[in-house]
Amino acid sequence: MTAKKSEGFERPDGRKPNELRKITAKVGIIPNADGSAIFAFGDTVAIAAVYGPRKMHPQHAQDPERGTLRCNYNMLSFSVTERIRPGPSRRSTEISKITEWALKPVVMIDKFQGNVVDVHINVLQANASTRCAGINAAAMALAHAGIPMKDLVQSVSIGKLDKYLVADLIKEEEDWEEGEGATDIPITLTGDGKISHIQLDGKITRKQLNDVIELAKEVTKEVYEAQKKALKEAGGEK
Amino acid sequence: MIETPKLTEERIKEYLREGRRFDDRKLDEFREIKIETGVSKNAEGSARVKIGKTEVLVGVKMDVSEPYPDSLDKGNLMVSAELLPLSSPRFESGPPQFDAIELARVIDRGVRESKFIELEKLCIKKGEKVWTVFIDIYSINDDGNLLDAAGFGAIAALKDAKIPKYDEETGKTLFGEWSNKKIPLSKEIPLSLTIHKVGNSLIVDPNKEEEDISETRVTIASCDGVIHAIQKGNEKELSIEEFNKILDLVEKTEREIFKKIEKSLK
Repeated sequence: MTAKKSEGFERPDGRKPNELRKITAKVGIIPNADGSAIFAFGDTVAIAAVYGPRKMHPQHAQDPERGTLRCNYNMLSFSVTERIRPGPSRRSTEISKITEWALKPVVMIDKFQGNVVDVHINVLQANASTRCAGINAAAMALAHAGIPMKDLVQSVSIGKLDKYLVADLIKEEEDWEEGEGATDIPITLTGDGKISHIQLDGKITRKQLNDVIELAKEVTKEVYEAQKKALKEAGGEK
Repeated sequence: MIETPKLTEERIKEYLREGRRFDDRKLDEFREIKIETGVSKNAEGSARVKIGKTEVLVGVKMDVSEPYPDSLDKGNLMVSAELLPLSSPRFESGPPQFDAIELARVIDRGVRESKFIELEKLCIKKGEKVWTVFIDIYSINDDGNLLDAAGFGAIAALKDAKIPKYDEETGKTLFGEWSNKKIPLSKEIPLSLTIHKVGNSLIVDPNKEEEDISETRVTIASCDGVIHAIQKGNEKELSIEEFNKILDLVEKTEREIFKKIEKSLK
């Protein structure tokens, strides 16, 4: 329904409005980790590794009431055209926390008192939507590690380019300048269709925002299928 | 850490279910907002915002620098925030922690995405010299809702700011001397408002006790009903229905708050 409104709009890479880039999803890519996964939307490639649950150090950081989920998002210096200075930035600090919040509703680690589950996400190659690819990889890696979860989460970026809604933005679309320009809305949904993460930059009306959520609901199904398929293929193997 | 005790938490939630709050406010009612501008002599613009006992100071400074490679003909905007140890027993000295980073980034996006500052008018020489606008936020007393206090403060300080004098020959900014020009701003004023979900109740302007037990918040920067930035924070998910209620509440609160603080933003 939403896609129809965007009919006739030409995306730079020729995709349909509701068409995601080719998804690559696989688990078990890092032998040392308790769980690991790779998730790619076309050229945007993220890997994630889970370590834990294990005792939280230092001891004073331990939460006696419940386990701690700790996410770390990082971009490799050469993952983008202009080199990023290695190490944490304000942006990566924020995305790390956003990722943690996006996953928290489905990760059942309340019983792991005093323990921590670490999720390390690295973006190997970036062409926009990196936080979404990272969240998708992280959810798979957690499931692969056998961490109790209510469900997976699926993340996707929805964009409003001029007046048209499209799914899974590439860099060229993020920088859209014609008409009303670009509005970028990364969203993460839980299996039961709740919002565990939403951010927005740009300009949008209330009504359009409702269409954005509808489109996200529609296209995250494909992400979910890809995640499940990858996990099934791995069976119980690490 | 001195956080809100469990017993108080239960009590607050019980009150909220009945539509009440400890300080007799309605769920959608702000504490008293006081905005004062021109509070710092050496800043280009400044504001002190009080929401109840919460207080922030926001200053605007400017300097001439090179433009960013992706915006050669536009001025730069940089927002930073420090949660000062003097403003709460919970804050410690040292490099900015997540809360301060997020605060600055959320305010940055509200101001930037609403195009409140006409950055294209702050270009001195394309590709070489542009004005950089620094918005620096400091907490003075944290009794909850620093996010909204900082947002009001940023707008008020920008409204207050004059551009410093600039010597084109030497290429130096004459700090402490001001031109008669103000920072070019759009007529429409963006407001950044945060809605919290405490238990199953949606509230505005939480005090510290309420903020402690809030499980989810959504900050929305909007201008005349058009949304420019959203940040969902904290770990609880929201149903789409709840998210829509939040948007309703923002719309309603935006109008009310705007009427209240309009005068201080002249």
